[in-house]
Amino acid sequence: MFGLKKILSSDSVAKATAKIVGEGDSAVLQIAGDWLLSETRTNSKEIIASIPKNLSKLSFETSSLGTYDSALVCMLLKCYESCKEQNIDVDLESLPEGPRELLKLAVAVPEVSAEKNDGDWNLFNTVGSRAIKFMDTIASQCGFVGELTIASLNALRGKARYRTSDLLSIIQSSGPEALPIVALISFLVGLILAFVGAIQLAKYGSEIFVADLVGIAMVREMGAMMVGIVMSGRTGASFAAELGSMKVNEEISAFRTFGISPMEFLVFPRVLALVLMFPLLTIFADVIGMLGGFVIGAGMFDISYDQYANRTLSALNLVQISTGVMKSFIFGIIVACIGCRMGLQCENSSAGVGMATTSSVVQSITWIIVADAIFAVIFTIFDI
Amino acid sequence: MNTENTENKIQKIANSVVSENPTEVEDIFKIENLTMAYGDYTVMHDLNFSVKKGEIFFIMGGSGCGKSTLLRHMIGLIKPAKGTIYFRGKNFSDAEDKEKIEMLRQFGVLYQGGALWSSMTLAENVALPLREFKDISDQDAEEIVDLKLSLVGLNGFGGFYPSEISGGMCKRAGLARAIALDPLVLFFDEPSAGLDPISSHRLDELIVQMRDSLGATIVVVSHELASIFDIADRAIFLDTKTRTQTAIGSPKELLNSDNADVRIFLNRGVDPRTKDAEK
Repeated sequence: MFGLKKILSSDSVAKATAKIVGEGDSAVLQIAGDWLLSETRTNSKEIIASIPKNLSKLSFETSSLGTYDSALVCMLLKCYESCKEQNIDVDLESLPEGPRELLKLAVAVPEVSAEKNDGDWNLFNTVGSRAIKFMDTIASQCGFVGELTIASLNALRGKARYRTSDLLSIIQSSGPEALPIVALISFLVGLILAFVGAIQLAKYGSEIFVADLVGIAMVREMGAMMVGIVMSGRTGASFAAELGSMKVNEEISAFRTFGISPMEFLVFPRVLALVLMFPLLTIFADVIGMLGGFVIGAGMFDISYDQYANRTLSALNLVQISTGVMKSFIFGIIVACIGCRMGLQCENSSAGVGMATTSSVVQSITWIIVADAIFAVIFTIFDI
Repeated sequence: MNTENTENKIQKIANSVVSENPTEVEDIFKIENLTMAYGDYTVMHDLNFSVKKGEIFFIMGGSGCGKSTLLRHMIGLIKPAKGTIYFRGKNFSDAEDKEKIEMLRQFGVLYQGGALWSSMTLAENVALPLREFKDISDQDAEEIVDLKLSLVGLNGFGGFYPSEISGGMCKRAGLARAIALDPLVLFFDEPSAGLDPISSHRLDELIVQMRDSLGATIVVVSHELASIFDIADRAIFLDTKTRTQTAIGSPKELLNSDNADVRIFLNRGVDPRTKDAEK
């Protein structure tokens, strides 16, 4: 049995020292004092530097060695490696049993060269490897969209393999169960819009137009966008985490080895559920947002229910409502696709699942805003 | 178990199951010049071996040598960097998707942790491949599920979710799912990992029963010496240092291998030849 000596907190600690003694072919490394990680300040580089170059054998003298832990073994390992590089024979038998056996264990397996070249920084290498990585990402995104398209076409032909019970369960969790949080956020957004707008409009005595402001803003922009953002953090992240965990647990591999496409069985029902639920949630968010606007209008500016409702109805039309609903349809595809892709492509570790979840939320929100900007340009061009 | 007996046993088993040519032992898998790599990093190179019909074939080697990676190549989850994998004489590694899926349906895989689909009960896990690929009624499917769960000693547990049962039971349920479609080849990835010696021994017995009763060929990734000596007909040794195969044969042949690393591995770090010489 061997092991490092145990240290009692009440022990007084002697200064750790190590010096080379001897001349000619052989030398002795005299080690004394207490070698403890928390106390030792001896620099192993200095000890190595003091080893004569023309030495053929190094042994150890440890009669004054006190207590020790890994600090001693670390120093001995550095010395040993340095001696081996200089072809100096090291007499390990002169060491106490504990550090000797640990040192033997540490040097038993030679370091494996893993042929992984991430050494010197090189501009061309860095730019090249990042460009290749970027192209790989684009290729994998295209592959994902392609596979999903095939799965959707198979579903249209009634040939996709997925369970209806899974689809209904996802619809339940991403639709009705999301209503409370969507309602809260939309109500507050409507409230804020009305509050900020009404104060400015009151300066011109036209507080009644707060109904137009809230109605148009919710229906055209805020309803769909707030649903998109809430669902990115709620459902998109859960898709990424769920599929990521399934990948880590080899459940995805199990589907593949049965010849069942994870794209059909797992991704397609999720995308379909969000495509169906997003427009409905957006219409719900629009109504709740306008209700929030009415609370401010009625509570602070004495606008009656009839007045507010009439102004809202006269400000809105079917085209405006459909622009928001159309956006929500695209936002649903974005959130579901990014969530599922991040989950399926996550690394095989718990950290990988966390990273996939974070990436899913960040990318979904970014792409929702990019898509909204593109919609804004298109609607302006076509004067919608 | 000597080589002759092993060959006879394989021959006997091979003849007892469906075979186009009952006089010869068919190569279920033939691996030619296989190189496995992750990007620029070569895991193993120049692997050449075959797996014969009806045998229990072990892939062994030290931790991190690429055993599971080889299995993932054999079940089509990873494409070879170089070389070819043939399944029953057909090119499996380069097969078109449709053809590959047909081949995959002849495989059953038991993953390390069971890899049961966590949102489904054990019965649903076993039933899914049956419902997807076999044109059978719900009642027939239920009966087959009950049978498969009984075969692995889990009758009565069909309504449980994977999170409600132990690790060993998860493995057995995974095996029930793996044999759902009566596969021609059964793959086991570290079946003994995380199991106590008794459960591990029972699983070994189950593997032999699966081979004998289903006539399946068994490929096992493991470094459990007890399992190798108990049930393996043949084994291949993957060497971490040379990154290729260094020996293949029956456990007895491997024990007497000319390669010291193989002898040391099978004798838990001690080379009997060096020990004898010291005596």
